[in-house]
Amino acid sequence: MKSSFIIKQFYGDIPDAGSGNQTSNHAASKNDWPLWEVFIRSKQGLDHKHVGSLHAADAQMAIENARDVYTRRMEGVSIWVVESKHIHASNPDDAGSFYEPAKDKIYRHPTFYDLPDELNHM
Amino acid sequence: MSQDLIRYCLATADNALILGQRNAEWCGHGPVLEQDIAITNISLDLIGQARLFYQYAAELIGDTDEDKLAFLRTEREFNNVLLVELPVNDWSYTTLRQYFFSQYQQLLFEQLSRHSDPQIAAIAQKTKKEVDYHVTWSRDWVIRLGDGTTESHERIQYALTDWWGYTGELFKATDYETSIIGTLLTDIYTKWHEAVEATLQEATLLMPEKTFMHQGGKSGIHTEHMGRLLAEMQYMQRTYPNSQW
Repeated sequence: MKSSFIIKQFYGDIPDAGSGNQTSNHAASKNDWPLWEVFIRSKQGLDHKHVGSLHAADAQMAIENARDVYTRRMEGVSIWVVESKHIHASNPDDAGSFYEPAKDKIYRHPTFYDLPDELNHM
Repeated sequence: MSQDLIRYCLATADNALILGQRNAEWCGHGPVLEQDIAITNISLDLIGQARLFYQYAAELIGDTDEDKLAFLRTEREFNNVLLVELPVNDWSYTTLRQYFFSQYQQLLFEQLSRHSDPQIAAIAQKTKKEVDYHVTWSRDWVIRLGDGTTESHERIQYALTDWWGYTGELFKATDYETSIIGTLLTDIYTKWHEAVEATLQEATLLMPEKTFMHQGGKSGIHTEHMGRLLAEMQYMQRTYPNSQW
């Protein structure tokens, strides 16, 4: 049994099924820190944007890790973290019924308005 | 006065540089990726602090520069405390030492930011913010490990026993320190002790008894580990003088 925490894939290795840096269905071991999704607001007035994910033992550590990993080059003024397991995603198989019906409904776009120049970030 | 100021700047820079070098040894070896980045960020902060103090010292000395001061002085010319030069391969030792040192730096720089020498005050003001983060980060780890599993508690308790005897030197003022900062170290020792006591209590760690305090680094008398550290750190500049990165 390999250590489950970090499975290293060295250059030249031939990956076994389920090893290395790929998504697998193995349940996370109990010693694993949970995965967190990180959202950064780059400046006041803008939205928080998803920037990536990281491991941390709890929310406090997740925020500190996010500070160290994702804001080293002045990328942000505010950080949100949320445990990845709390994010529910739509199913790619539903793409047809979810998104395609909107394609021919251009009347839903508010393209008839002239926006004043001062209005940024729309 | 000027000689004392130079020595004070060098000693302050040496502390930061040597701890930065020690922490950098974790680069690529951190317990997890995120913490590998965290500890090397701290290394870079410390080396940045060292540069500011070396630059000022170089200006006062004249006809030298920060690189010469960092890479061409010999062991006996370094005035860092012993605490920062000792080698470590356990995360609990690294985080606890960082906490002791950052807590000291935080209190010191808070006072230095009002120092009569404008350059010292400016450096202290600039670096204090990053030191605040070092305190938060390292304090979190001390509490996390102390109040964690049986093994983590045991390890950091060992670290505490081993490090404690190296904390006294931080507050034992040398002549050049007294000349520049007066009795400041006595004042901040009380605050440092209070802060540390509160942290250790939260970490469920036992405060060590009064113990023998090692010293010597501030006057250039180092442990046997210092020479090796310098050999590694200074090797490039000594082998290829004036080489540029």
